[in-house]
Amino acid sequence: MSQSNVVRLDSRSNAPATWQALCSRADLVANSGVVAWHEGAQVALFHLPDNADGEQLFAIENRDPKSGANVIGRGIVGSLKGELVIASPLYKQHFRLADGSCLEYPEQRLQVWPVRLVGDEVQIAAG
Amino acid sequence: MSSTVTPLKHETLVIVGNGMVGHHCIEQLIEQDALARYDVHVFGEERQRAYDRVHLSEYFGGRDAESLAMCEADYYSRHGVQAHLGEQVLEIDRERKQVVTGNGRQPYDKLILATGSYPFVPPIPGAEGNSRLVYRTLEDLDDIRAAATGARRGVVVGGGLLGLEAANALKSLGLEAHVVEFAPRLMPVQLDDAGGAALKARIEALGVGVHLSRATQEIIVGEQYAYRMVFQDGEFLETDLIVFSAGIRPQDALARDCGLELAARGGVVVDSDCRTSDPAIFAIGECASWNGSVFGLVAPGYSMARCVAAQLADAAHTPFLGADMSTKLKLLGVDVGSIGDAHGATPGSRSYRFIDEASASYRRLVVSADGKTVLGAVLVGDNSYYDTLLQYAQNGIKLPADPSGLILPQTEGAPTLGPDALPASATICSCHNVSKGAVCCQVDAGVTDLGELKAATKAATGCGGCNALLKLVFDAELAARGVAVDKSLCEHFAYTRQELYGIVRVEGIQSFTELLAKHGRGHVGCDICKPTVGSILASCWNQPITDPALIPLQDTNDTFMANMQKNGTYSVVPRIPGGEITPEGLIAIGQVAKKYDLYTKITGGQRIDLFGAQLHELPDIWGELIAAGFETGHAYGKSLRTVKSCVGSTWCRYGVQDSVGMALRLEDRYKGLRAPHKIKFAVSGCTRECAEAQSKDIGVIATDKGWNLYICGNGGMRPRHAELFATDLDDETLIRIIDRVLMFYVRTADKLQRTSVWRESLEGGLDYLKGVILDDSLNLAAELESQMQHVVDSYQCEWANAISDPEKLKRFRTFVNDGRADPDIHFVKERGQRRPVRASELHLIPLTQEVL
Repeated sequence: MSQSNVVRLDSRSNAPATWQALCSRADLVANSGVVAWHEGAQVALFHLPDNADGEQLFAIENRDPKSGANVIGRGIVGSLKGELVIASPLYKQHFRLADGSCLEYPEQRLQVWPVRLVGDEVQIAAG
Repeated sequence: MSSTVTPLKHETLVIVGNGMVGHHCIEQLIEQDALARYDVHVFGEERQRAYDRVHLSEYFGGRDAESLAMCEADYYSRHGVQAHLGEQVLEIDRERKQVVTGNGRQPYDKLILATGSYPFVPPIPGAEGNSRLVYRTLEDLDDIRAAATGARRGVVVGGGLLGLEAANALKSLGLEAHVVEFAPRLMPVQLDDAGGAALKARIEALGVGVHLSRATQEIIVGEQYAYRMVFQDGEFLETDLIVFSAGIRPQDALARDCGLELAARGGVVVDSDCRTSDPAIFAIGECASWNGSVFGLVAPGYSMARCVAAQLADAAHTPFLGADMSTKLKLLGVDVGSIGDAHGATPGSRSYRFIDEASASYRRLVVSADGKTVLGAVLVGDNSYYDTLLQYAQNGIKLPADPSGLILPQTEGAPTLGPDALPASATICSCHNVSKGAVCCQVDAGVTDLGELKAATKAATGCGGCNALLKLVFDAELAARGVAVDKSLCEHFAYTRQELYGIVRVEGIQSFTELLAKHGRGHVGCDICKPTVGSILASCWNQPITDPALIPLQDTNDTFMANMQKNGTYSVVPRIPGGEITPEGLIAIGQVAKKYDLYTKITGGQRIDLFGAQLHELPDIWGELIAAGFETGHAYGKSLRTVKSCVGSTWCRYGVQDSVGMALRLEDRYKGLRAPHKIKFAVSGCTRECAEAQSKDIGVIATDKGWNLYICGNGGMRPRHAELFATDLDDETLIRIIDRVLMFYVRTADKLQRTSVWRESLEGGLDYLKGVILDDSLNLAAELESQMQHVVDSYQCEWANAISDPEKLKRFRTFVNDGRADPDIHFVKERGQRRPVRASELHLIPLTQEVL
């Protein structure tokens, strides 16, 4: 499984063509989620400042497909069988942070975006 | 996972129809590696890829088309199946072995017809447009939704299984629903007269009109409503829309046009290999007729699909030899079950019947002439009998001496069929044909997790009706192999909640990270252990839950200190101790509710709940409530909720103690106590018990000498009367005992275990608990009291704490980089207040994109 939306701080070399500023590092909440507005989309950002693999940042769609409510950013971050997941706060189904796929319902899938931290800026891949 | 064409493929397989059965056939072909030898083309008339028709009514309950889909959007392309959706097959040219569509011709070597069925609409003059709707496809549902706009009443013609589903759909669209049935009872195929009557009584109690023995003669313009249905006897019923659900007909037009043999009552004739009169063509599902019968359920369709897929894969196949039409469903929330010979049509059969007119429950058991085996059964009102009866019927298990016990209300000692009694051949999941033997194989192969079992066998992933039975069999098989049922909290902690509580307390652990590092696995935790540990830390040390190290542990309700509702907005509950409030307080709450346009409702716990606040509004709302003297009500926490009270001796002529005064004192003492689950109190001022204290975790009832204490009661899903624990207590003793009971509960209960379940799980029962609390048999009393005193002394209002800290307020933003509100939250006005818009009221439900 590729961690396509995970960009470590030192891996800018294989970055997409253009990055766009989204919000600041200070807007993030450690080990928890916040939501940013990105060109009409709602992007939930989860920041794990000192995970086993170093600092990690994920951007995943905020809309919970089961309820239709925009609540994913308010779920709990967890690790199940070695994969980082977010539990939807309403019906508790889990989505992989790496690719947005759902553990319990394969037909549910969330969009993910490449994101990175540059200094104090959170950047999202444009386009 | 390759979609490249391999040289092995030399034949083309065309599947006409992409419903549940057609899709299942493709799944089976993929699973059996048949795609190595066939190029598969599937044609679907509808634009959506296959979706779950069994749960179609949930489309009106908020599920969108995508979530009803049977597979991921790229499933077909990933496996090299060419899907032609929205492309109707117009003709089958058997001579050239080609199917003809609007886009051209597609040759085939093998063809599978999975065209399903269509709703039968009787020819009634005047039936057209909104008076001739049907209930079969997502498009039909969109039509019904459109017709329901501005309508008040809707009628379903047909009181069978699908008709009642359709009535439920109309009801969920907010219409007054009626069912018109030609036969003298509901569900005439599955139920007998008494069963139909019980179902009718239950459905009418739900506000659905039921009209039996009615044949519609014509439909004319109505006076009060859009249409008038005129019945055979001159009576009439007016309505704004009519949905026909009077049965299905096999969709066999293509087969007829190309000269395949059809059954007298419709359907493509197939043999036990599901082959039609043309050996190159198979037919499966509702379009096929086997032995003169068409099978209108998904399980037989799946059996046919498996049968054909195995043949095409050159694997051993099980011939299709008919199907058990037993069904278990919830129609309009009413349990209905029908097994085998429900009507007792077998010569010499005898019946046992249980009729409860008070609750409209009905059960009938049909047994063989020799009284040894179950032939059939009818259940209305309670399907908990279904699994056992079905196993008796399907496996020919010998009946007990008095079979009536199988349908009598279950009391202790009633004969129940344990999973051990089932033979290995017993079918557990009929949708995916999983036997008990298959479950045992998985257990032998080392599967110890129910989720893994479901993934490996697909059991309980169809209609889900066998879930309970599957777990029973699985647990029994694990136990039989001496596998200890794992009581670990989750994959990160090999401890129970009680054990973790002990560790935290003894080692003085202050954070989740510390506990995980010392006693757990991994670096992150999950949504099971994080809130549990968060609660334990709060019970022990009572740090503000908004502290940065604690925030990631909390469920969203604790994180944002409000209760999340279905549309992602929150409700807010200020504490109103004992239900006592000044007029100024009421006005202040009213002003806040008005200013933020919050839906306002009085709760069962004598408080006021304000609904519909968005995340970014919470700090402002609480700023105003705190300024008016309120503090948080912890409605979001697993903690003390309310202490309900009656007015007591202050006002009531019967009251013997000041119940409001005591309620205030108790609520003030225990507010903020985090526990394994929520805790509710009540205090009644006399034995008349107007505060309903005996249904609470802690109930206090005044006597002329002091207070009687009741503990571990519960309302809700499983009501339990609280038990009398101590009598005639003075104020101080009462509080000391409650301190001990609550702390002992916090210390020893499992996660999310209410006091009632905790009490029932205590070995030694009430006497043991009395020993610990009243006689101090474990020498714990002083410690429990001092721990409670620590929680009481360290209390602070979480909201007051949060709004004084800009860093904590940062999280209360809908978008961190934009000031707008969530544009997807919509409200409508109802009875003078706003409420969330229902999915059915939003007309822009996204439809599935075409997959090609």
